[in-house]
Amino acid sequence: MLVRNPQDAEKDTPTLLAHAAEQARARKYEDFLIVDVDCHHYENASFPEIAAYIDDPVLRQNAKVQGMGGQGWTSPEGSYQELNGRIGRVRDRFTEKTPSSPHRDITLSLRWMDALGVDIACLFPTPMLGLAQIPRLDVEIALGRAYNRWLVENVLANEPRIKAMLYLPFNQPEACYAMVEEFGDKPGVVGFMVTATHQRAVYDNAYMKTYAALEERGLPLAFHGSFIWGRENNFSLANRFITVHSLGFTFYNMLHLTNWIMNALPERFPKLKLIWIESGLAWLPFLMQRLDNEFMSRTSECPGLKRRPSEYMREMYYTSQPMERVDNAEALPLTFKMINAATQLLFSSDYPHWDMDLPSTIYDLPFLDETTKRNILGENARHLFNLEPIFGEQKLLRRAERALQNTP
Amino acid sequence: MTEVQVCKASDIAEDGVLIVHIDDLEVGVVRHRGAYFAYRNHCPHQGGPVCEGVRMPKVVAVLGPDRGYVRSEFDESEVHLVCPWHSYEFNIETGVHAGDSKVRLQKFPVSERDGNVYVTI
Repeated sequence: MLVRNPQDAEKDTPTLLAHAAEQARARKYEDFLIVDVDCHHYENASFPEIAAYIDDPVLRQNAKVQGMGGQGWTSPEGSYQELNGRIGRVRDRFTEKTPSSPHRDITLSLRWMDALGVDIACLFPTPMLGLAQIPRLDVEIALGRAYNRWLVENVLANEPRIKAMLYLPFNQPEACYAMVEEFGDKPGVVGFMVTATHQRAVYDNAYMKTYAALEERGLPLAFHGSFIWGRENNFSLANRFITVHSLGFTFYNMLHLTNWIMNALPERFPKLKLIWIESGLAWLPFLMQRLDNEFMSRTSECPGLKRRPSEYMREMYYTSQPMERVDNAEALPLTFKMINAATQLLFSSDYPHWDMDLPSTIYDLPFLDETTKRNILGENARHLFNLEPIFGEQKLLRRAERALQNTP
Repeated sequence: MTEVQVCKASDIAEDGVLIVHIDDLEVGVVRHRGAYFAYRNHCPHQGGPVCEGVRMPKVVAVLGPDRGYVRSEFDESEVHLVCPWHSYEFNIETGVHAGDSKVRLQKFPVSERDGNVYVTI
């Protein structure tokens, strides 16, 4: 009797296909020609070799840096956010050494927070923002809930300086409501977030009980800018990521914000706080003027509104990054004034992404007084999220050292 | 203006950089194709350590006779220092930003004599 343990066998092709070879022998295939007209190999295993054959030297360099697949250059998303090797911090982060405890995400977060001088940070995912586009609703819900549970139990529960606005699977309204009910009262949860590229309308009546649940708890609803490239008709006209990023990260928030206002949701949920994330600020003066102008003629189309659209927009909250500040000494102060930045603007870094902003982008603005700077950098968020102020240890030490130096 | 001996020439490899602290000033002494260039290691954008980034040739677009796009190429005659924080690119020999000549690195005269490298600040 022949005994074999499959676990001991080689995992090579002849072993896997031993029965196929038996069939070939039994049927005497050797007597005639067989042609297979569709088979495959995994050429990505040879990708560095293939990349060397690209004629265009710039594209060849891009290919060598990015490799094949992932979210990169060759994927349906077509992204190459880290500028083809010009920015290395995301790559280096994966090999950065950390102790076994606390959780690596806590250690890495506190490191950059301490360096930048940030005391409390609201943490968002990166690739999982893309759950908004995956085709299976059940997968979006399952992964979204798994991420939320994991974050609550492993990060938020163990580090009071890290907070989160949790992922809402916006493609499924009932699941959004369940998410708020399940996680809305967990420590460290300061709101909920919708990836702005969801192809669902915010005015759908199916969301009303989710909005009510958030309003009741005093938890903000945030829309986080993102992009769709290869699978979306409008942006498929773009041939550079700079185009997709410049327009995409603002466009979807513009669309949702406009829908939110024109359907009078600020009147229907007056205490629900809205936050628009990672679209910068330059889009806001445009949208305020545009919507007000249309509203004055088309008032009948939005009967729920009692004021001009810009007045509702001035009561919403906006994160600062990526703040446009290129030779705009006149435009930026006007933008701040138009959005009532002193109370509505929230500093954000977006660290470690390629277009991150430091607190100095706010602190160094010459047209802000010290109180307004501090409001934008921290106090506005403290009030909005009802945060207990917790300072980073390094800042507390520096403060103590300065106090000692000032002691006679 | 003060001339400061910052290192020996042998301290900086070809295509290398040395960061030197002269009082409160952080200067990157960059070696490129046998020549030395010295810049404040502070990106005018947000203060990133600009001299410590990768170096990339300038990217240029090649157009056809009908002005249609053909391909991109690296112009190896112009190498850029790339700030590792936000990818602001500066001509390694002039310190001028690749897209806006009004944006420049703070440049210092640098020379090599008797095997030593000097920066004037």
